[in-house]
Amino acid sequence: MGKKQVKLMQGNEACAEAAIVAGARFFAGYPITPATEIAETLAKLLPQNGGTFIQMEDEIASMAAVIGASIGGVKSMTATSGPGFTLKQENLGYAAMIEIPCVIVNVQRGGPSTGLPTLPAQMDVMQARWGTHGDHPIVVLSPSTVYEFYILTIKAFNFAEMLRTPVIILSDAIVGHLREKVVLPDPSEIEIVNRKKTDVSPEKFLPFKADEDGVPPFANYGEGYRYHMTSNNHDESGAPATNNHKVADALLRRLHNKVEKRRSEIIITDEIMMDDAEVAVFAYGCTARSAFSAVEITREQGIKLGLIKTQTLWPFPYEAIKKYANQVKAIIVPEMNMGQLVGEVERVACKDTKVTPLNKFDGRMITPEEIISTVKEVI
Amino acid sequence: MERYEIVISGFGGQGVVLGGIILAEAAAIYEDKNATHNQSYGPEARGGASKSEVIISDKTVHYPEIEKPDILVALTQEAVNKFASNLKESSIVLADSSIKEINVANQVKVYSLPIIETAAIEVGSELVTNMVTLGALAAITKVVSKEALEKSMLSRIPKGTEELNLKALAKGFEIGEQVI
Amino acid sequence: MAVHVQEYLRLDKMPHIWCPGCGTGIVDGALVRAIGNLGYNRDNVMVITGIGCSARSNAILDFNTFQTTHGRALSFATGFKLARPEMKVIVITGDGDGSGIGGNHLIHTARRNIDITTILINNSIYGMTGGQYSPLTPTGSFATTAPYGTVEDTFDVCKLVEAAGATYVARSTAYHVTLLEQLITSALEHKGFSFVEAITQCPIGYGRRNKMKTPTEMLKWQKDHAVNIKAASRLSEEQLEGKFLIGEFVVKNKAEYTEKYNKLKEEAKKEGDFNGKI
Repeated sequence: MGKKQVKLMQGNEACAEAAIVAGARFFAGYPITPATEIAETLAKLLPQNGGTFIQMEDEIASMAAVIGASIGGVKSMTATSGPGFTLKQENLGYAAMIEIPCVIVNVQRGGPSTGLPTLPAQMDVMQARWGTHGDHPIVVLSPSTVYEFYILTIKAFNFAEMLRTPVIILSDAIVGHLREKVVLPDPSEIEIVNRKKTDVSPEKFLPFKADEDGVPPFANYGEGYRYHMTSNNHDESGAPATNNHKVADALLRRLHNKVEKRRSEIIITDEIMMDDAEVAVFAYGCTARSAFSAVEITREQGIKLGLIKTQTLWPFPYEAIKKYANQVKAIIVPEMNMGQLVGEVERVACKDTKVTPLNKFDGRMITPEEIISTVKEVI
Repeated sequence: MERYEIVISGFGGQGVVLGGIILAEAAAIYEDKNATHNQSYGPEARGGASKSEVIISDKTVHYPEIEKPDILVALTQEAVNKFASNLKESSIVLADSSIKEINVANQVKVYSLPIIETAAIEVGSELVTNMVTLGALAAITKVVSKEALEKSMLSRIPKGTEELNLKALAKGFEIGEQVI
Repeated sequence: MAVHVQEYLRLDKMPHIWCPGCGTGIVDGALVRAIGNLGYNRDNVMVITGIGCSARSNAILDFNTFQTTHGRALSFATGFKLARPEMKVIVITGDGDGSGIGGNHLIHTARRNIDITTILINNSIYGMTGGQYSPLTPTGSFATTAPYGTVEDTFDVCKLVEAAGATYVARSTAYHVTLLEQLITSALEHKGFSFVEAITQCPIGYGRRNKMKTPTEMLKWQKDHAVNIKAASRLSEEQLEGKFLIGEFVVKNKAEYTEKYNKLKEEAKKEGDFNGKI
């Protein structure tokens, strides 16, 4: 048995320390509230561990440098918030297209635009899914506690390496800045995934020839594999194939399928007091904390409220919703935005139950009382 | 103890943020309770005012925001003015004795203590205002023990300042005990 | 020893996509000969590009290669170089890619003095998209987006990177190809950020709209307007009017970024090894 660590830790610090444990050895970023502590912590920790920290000239360059380092074979990440996340979208799509693992943390703050720089929001859920142009696949995780921020950072690297794809962590100003007690597993007991390497010779190597799981094995540049990669539509050899419809069709299908195939590994949901629930709350990120409190309070009042809490936003956990759509009178979806994931819940559940959004976007958390009063309205 | 919500508010340089972290850590690590800590950020933290929010609970702290603090520690007049209206009848206020006007509901218990003066004159540095504060807080409210605070403090403060900080904590505890 | 350029090409990826008379291949040829003559192990050479005609160079060069987003090649290269400091990293960019959309990255990469050799192929136009004016299109020139002639002033991109901190700066043309090869050789051998501007011809996108219909006319323009910096001191201001300088402008010794960062790592390691243990 390894030694567990009990600590009082800030969310952003937890993310940075977890990145080191996950094997990240490169960070490029640009200062932005409320994500800066991740950069500050890694500026200190990375060189101590033989890694590299660089503050780039802008958000775009940071994302580019992260992908460049990962192409060089080093696990890499960046962290930002809304305005910076928007600037990173161009190169995020590039990473999806040329299948380079990397982790992008967005500690969400209120928007639109520069909005509410120090206050929490959950307004980038759809930007995380669809922000970059082109119909790319993406994995998006969202922690609601400091502990989850730590664990999800490690999982984000594992998923990125396993799938050869960028993974986004959507945190928020609450979870990023909050310090709370965490009981962390011994790092030596944490599973770490590394990208699979090719076993074919340089002469036979095709950089985008995928295995059955849809993921192409990687070859390190500098080891005799002199291949080409381009974000233009490309064939298995990496050569541009901008007029080849068949290749274009097959490539985009494969990019999506490699993520879909691993849904059950990627989707992390918790069902709290759902067995006998008559009403459910579906929540994620900091809002799941309020929902948890609401469940505790209402249960004492004899109201059968349950919580479907998800740590994976994309791929969307349709299965968890479907499971309870017939059981509950209503699913309440509290979100710190004008209503984003509620649309996905409706897609699955609207025929079987009532789906009620609860939205707040003024920079303050949704309170347990606000959730409870919505529950009482729908009972 | 179910859930204690504590706001410590003062001025930059009084160690309000570090004090809050030490308090939360004392409860979370050295007393096996649950605790969260939050602080003011951005423009709010640039104007000179400084704030720590600490929640200590036997149970997991899910909702981490403080709406009506159980304990308000105010080191400046501004802090009292800002948070007085959020107090409930059972709230306790620990105010520095330099604060002249404390307009709170009658039922709210107010302790006026020479926190800043004790730090500056008796201990010899305003930088340890936070430790005097925590000592007094522990003596009056008993949310954490003095021993837990000592351990937590020693793990967070710069080397070479142990003696000064221990003295501040002890003095704070003393002035707290005198008023209960 | 003569270098056989074809040995360094991915012949199976031919034909290339450039127009007849394009100058890009001349610059790529000079780069390949420079690398060949220096005897570099090509497995250790990384060539990164962005978007545009220049960016299509590396798909057919038989080194380690990847093409990136528009203007960002230097930022990708910075990340790659920091991950793999032992590799020789070269960026091929264009006037639009390098000084327009990527201008900010260009000056900051120069400022850091990171060991990346940048070749900016300046054909005075956005060629891939069909002939729009760039930050390096001469004032008064015609382009599809400047039907009445451009009213914008241009950068002197060599002076720009010099001011930003580049420690090797040079310029040649497609016409002065021998000099170009020599300058690229020096740039590759230089430790730090090295920059070579190669002025080339785009007869389709630029020349035919600007009274130079053939590649020959454009190469003749390069010959007539370039003045070697060594000869320039002997010429009067009047004689230099309307001309541009070629040759080596800056050669400086200054600590290189990855070496400086490696020293920082050694210092940081002494402070403590975190490695998941707290």
